[in-house]
Amino acid sequence: MALLEVKDLKVRVEEREILHGLTLTVNEGEIHAIMGPNGSGKSTLSHVIAGKPGYEVTDGEILFKGEDLLAMAPNERAAKGVFLAFQYPVEIPGVSTMNFLRTALNAQRKARGESEYSTPDFLKKVREVSKSLNIPQDMLKRGVNVGFSGGEKKRNEVLQMALFEPSLCILDEMDSGLDIDALRIAADGVNALHSPKRAMVVITHYQRLLNYIVPDVVHVMSNGRVVKSGGKELALELEASGYAQFEDAA
Amino acid sequence: MNVAVAKTGNGRAVSDLFASAEGRLPGSPSVIAARREAFETYERLGLPHRRIEEWKYTDLRALVGEVLPLAAPPDAAALKRAADAVKAHAIAGARKLVLVDGVFAADLSDVKALASEVDFKTLRETLEKDSGLLNTAATDAVIALNAAMATDGVVLDIADGAQLSAPIQIIHIATAASASTFTRSQVAVGKGARATIIESFVAAGAKAYQVNDAVILSVGDNTDLAHIRLMDDSPDAVNITSQFVTVGANTKLNFFNMTTGAAVSRLQGFITLAGEGSELSVNGVNLLQKTEHGDTTLVVDHAVPNCFSREVFRAVIDDRAHSVFQGRIIVRPDAQKTDGKMMIRALLLSDEAEADNKPELEIFADDVSCGHGATAGALDDNLLFYLKARGLPEKQAQALLIQAFVGEAIEQIADDNLREHVIGIAERWLERRQ
Ligand SMILES: Nc1ncnc2c1ncn2[C@@H]1O[C@H](COP(=O)(O)OP(=O)(O)OP(=O)(O)O)[C@@H](O)[C@H]1O
Ligand SMILES: [Mg+2]
Repeated sequence: MALLEVKDLKVRVEEREILHGLTLTVNEGEIHAIMGPNGSGKSTLSHVIAGKPGYEVTDGEILFKGEDLLAMAPNERAAKGVFLAFQYPVEIPGVSTMNFLRTALNAQRKARGESEYSTPDFLKKVREVSKSLNIPQDMLKRGVNVGFSGGEKKRNEVLQMALFEPSLCILDEMDSGLDIDALRIAADGVNALHSPKRAMVVITHYQRLLNYIVPDVVHVMSNGRVVKSGGKELALELEASGYAQFEDAA
Repeated sequence: MNVAVAKTGNGRAVSDLFASAEGRLPGSPSVIAARREAFETYERLGLPHRRIEEWKYTDLRALVGEVLPLAAPPDAAALKRAADAVKAHAIAGARKLVLVDGVFAADLSDVKALASEVDFKTLRETLEKDSGLLNTAATDAVIALNAAMATDGVVLDIADGAQLSAPIQIIHIATAASASTFTRSQVAVGKGARATIIESFVAAGAKAYQVNDAVILSVGDNTDLAHIRLMDDSPDAVNITSQFVTVGANTKLNFFNMTTGAAVSRLQGFITLAGEGSELSVNGVNLLQKTEHGDTTLVVDHAVPNCFSREVFRAVIDDRAHSVFQGRIIVRPDAQKTDGKMMIRALLLSDEAEADNKPELEIFADDVSCGHGATAGALDDNLLFYLKARGLPEKQAQALLIQAFVGEAIEQIADDNLREHVIGIAERWLERRQ
């Protein structure tokens, strides 16, 4: 069943059109990779799906589980199961990671009409997840992402993903800034979440990540559109020949 | 209420405020004479207004207009309501001293439980002997008015070397609507003593009332003192509080003020560092909403060398509220090696919210390290979006960021329990916004 349907999406930022009619369908259980040159609109797409303000959708639609995603506030999207691991996670001084995680998780559960986690249950869950991602407990006492290294910030995004158990995970350059070991750990974390009901959209510049997280479909984005889609071999092709062949098509 | 009785700006009517109260004001004949003199000063100056530099941003003539008549002493029903308020606002373990409508309420207080090193009297008792406690700088009209009208207060003498394990909590309770209370307290902390004083201002049913409080605090050498003020008066009330603080040598002082109440409030503190080697930390949070006006005006006077002062203030301003912070650091010519800094930040939660921050340095010594910073701005949209993208509704996302913002001031409170208590106050204020 289609989880995410982006249909002919046109998006402007500050009077400039960035996405020029983008179409993308992601089914439950699938892993999609999106590759494409700098500035082709990959992060823009992920932000529009997550509901970041400042983007004007001038045409097209986004359906999530058949519902109009663009009509929902960002927090409603999160509660429905949309998760974006940011390319550049922000630092939030003064808000402890632990407090943030609990508040966010319980807000999502409340919105879905589920009971909130008790403190011991929550702590147990965080401990399990952070252990599997090799995140030390004392990091969770610090302000959200404050003083985290680039790689730690990315791991903190994967931690949240594991904790919130979303049905659509969009990972925007999860691999940038990660060393090889951290990459493997984070990728293992992502793979552990893979399930027949959950879909992943992995935005990356490097085919290397796709050795760990193996995609069902690879899309090439150029100049605000998906210009080619194919199997995982498409990523290898891109690695060899670059994006030049697509610039004209776009 | 008969407005004409209390109308200001017209000499004869103002006199009625004093004349109608005079019979009820405690004190020997000489004290009454001192009161009358103070009242004449007030009458000459009138309520402060915007053309008086210190009151530029808090024009009481415009904001308050009139001084309400003196509150009647509390009756049995008022004391019963006050007793409930005491239960609701008492800090666990603290020794309570309760003032109801400006009158000390012995039955609601823990005088007997005070440590033996604490000498306690009421202002009323003290004024039977002499008027010394009414002698405060008479150039400010509200202070002069307080001296003229003060009905009661607590006078505490903490002995040299006393190590008080329990905090002392002075609770001001208002039960009378459309009336004014005038209180004046003195706390003298002896050499080498250690103490925590809490002051709470709350309403027990009363709405539009006015509080004019004065606190005279003298802190001896080598002391360790924490002073926490929690002002949660009724949203229709007025609270004007003046603090006069003189600090000895080698002391550690930790002040904190939390404003969550009153339609119009001003806390004006005058702190003089008069002994070398002292460390002063003065902090506060003002949480303002609707059309509330909250003013913190602070003068820290480094009169001697080698003292250290830090001020961290945060104001959260919602709706059409107005925050004022005026902070002056004075460094006298002798006060070399002064280290004085002040950081004020205002968070504007609505387009109509207003903040006036006025930090000032007056430095007359050359070997000092002083500085100040003042900012005013909205919540960071990127942080808000991150939190919303993780499932937090708008108001809850704001609440988390606001808590972090005020946390920078609240974390200066040294005592763990009191810090948690203040965090709780901020949380409840934020919950009411949602
Ligand atoms: N807020 C903004 N204001 C103006 N232009 C913007 C804004 N956000 C994005 N753009 C522009 O939109 C285009 C697409 O940017 P986007 O970040 O989506 O690219 P990307 O594919 O994620 O690139 P990268 O691979 O470098 O991360 C770029 O030209 C960028 O400059
Ligand atoms: Mg990008």
